[in-house]
Order: sequence, then C-alpha cells, then structure tokens
Amino acid sequence: MKVAFDKLDKAFENRVRLQIMSVLMVNEQYDFNSLKELLQVTDGNLASNLKALEKEDYIIIHKTFVGKKPNTNYQASAKGKTAFQNHLNTLEQLIKQQKKA
Amino acid sequence: MENNKLQEELLSIRTMMERSSKFISLSGLSGVMAGIYALAGAFAAYRIIYRPAGVFGYRDFVIPNENHDGYPLLHSFLSPVVLNLILIAVAVLLASIITCYILTSQKAKKHGQAMWGKTSRTLLFTMAVPLVTGGLLILILISRGYLGVVAPACLAFYGLALVSASAYTFTDIKYLGLCEIALGIIAAILPGYGLLFWAIGFGVLHIVYGSLLYTKYDR
Repeated sequence: MKVAFDKLDKAFENRVRLQIMSVLMVNEQYDFNSLKELLQVTDGNLASNLKALEKEDYIIIHKTFVGKKPNTNYQASAKGKTAFQNHLNTLEQLIKQQKKA
Repeated sequence: MENNKLQEELLSIRTMMERSSKFISLSGLSGVMAGIYALAGAFAAYRIIYRPAGVFGYRDFVIPNENHDGYPLLHSFLSPVVLNLILIAVAVLLASIITCYILTSQKAKKHGQAMWGKTSRTLLFTMAVPLVTGGLLILILISRGYLGVVAPACLAFYGLALVSASAYTFTDIKYLGLCEIALGIIAAILPGYGLLFWAIGFGVLHIVYGSLLYTKYDR
C-alpha cells in the first residue's frame, strides 16, 4: 500500500507547531514562557503558531494570573493527540516505504 | 520529502519530548566530586569518632550513643564531638551543592537549557520532598540521642529522593537510588558500621555513578 505525503497533517508542516505538539504530548501543561525558552523562538512566532493550533482545536488554553502577570498554559486536546499520533504513524510508514524502495 | 528530512522531523519530535520533560544538564563530574568530598568527610569523621588505638588495642568510640534511660539525651546533641560531626556533614553538603551548581550551570549553558527552568524546578521539588522530610526526622532523632539512625536514614531518604527524581532527569539515577536504599537498610541491620556504609553510599557510589554519567552524557 502506497502512503501519500498528503496524508501528513498540514497543521504539523511547520516545525514550531510540530515541536509545540511534541512538548504537549509528554507534559500535561506547558506555559508560554517555558515554551518560548525551550523552542528558542520569538513571542510573535510562538503566538501565531499557538493560534493556528488553537484554530484546529488541537490545544486547550488555560489563562490564569500570577499576581498581576498573566500566565497562559497550554494543553493538548484529545483531538490534537489523535492527530499527532496519526501524523507520527504516517511518518513511520513513509520512512519504511522509502527504505524498501 | 526525502528520507533525511523525515528522520530530521522525528529527531526534532524526540528532542522536544525529552528536553521539555527532563533536565538533562546534570553534570556527572559533580557526582564524582561529591563522592570525593564525602570520602574526605567520612575520613575526618572517622578520626574524630574513633580514638587512635594501639596495634593491639580495642577501638573505642567517644560518642554517648545510647539512650539508656529512655529519656531524651539532649546533651549528646550538644556534645563537641557531635557538633564537629555535624559541621563536617554541613561542609560536605555545601561543597557538593556548590560544585554541582557550578558544573551543571556550565553544562546547561552548553546545551542551551535553562538552569532555572520548568524541568529543573520540577526536579528540585521532587527531590526536596523526601530530603526535607528525612532531614528533619534525622535532626529530631539526633536531638533525642538516637545517633544510630543517622547513616541508615540518610542513605534511605537520599535513595528515595533519587528514585523519584529519576523521572525528571537521566533514568540511570534510579538505580543509584535503589542502591542507596539497599545500603541504608543493610546499615540499619548492622549497627555500628554506619560510617562505613555512609562512606560507601555517598562516597564510592557517587564516584562510580558520576563517572558513568560523565562518560555517557558529558562528552
């Protein structure tokens, strides 16, 4: 069976989005600043990619305040987790397929 | 998309999963150093506890280590020998923590991982719970004159701290923790050899595991 590249999730085409999702798969929640530090991206870049994931309903946003500072936490939704698993499976199949060829 | 790019993609996923949940900048070398400090401390303590004996003499120790009448033996806590031992222990602990901090922050810088980030905070918190519990318990028991519990309890609680911390750093730490717990239990079964087990647990094991981590991850 031939697996096509278009089976890869478009939402994860972007490296930053893929990395955000990887982090949220193994951590229950992650906050904005820790994500920024980990991925070493700018505020704007991170925010726009988070927004894209939110639009797909792949992540859930929790807004709280620490003192007067806003603290936003992100969590992977069930839909996002399934999508990520599917994306990984497709990647795996593609690699296997190319090894055969 | 070529194979390389797919592999790269998987690698980036793996790295992020690991980096976001584990503090991988822990320095192995600092473990070796802590082991050396501990051995030096144990040697100094040995010289204080055991009076030098002649070749044929009995070894004699100078700590009033028994609570004969069942009442708190506060004066043993304040005896100069015990105070000296506590001083040595604090010096070993401080030297180990400072060395660990310096070497680990150097390694964190190299890895581009924050020294005071989400992962290191979680790691410290999981270690602090059993360590503070054990530490307070031991101090209270020392003040009651139960000096025999110090070595077994230090080893056992430190082992527990390592086992729980292993979820947030190198998994190898788990086996070090299990070894420390086993040593603590054995030390409790064989009273009188506390210092020896303490030296094995905090000295020898740290050097062995520190060099293991160093060869595996530091280079």
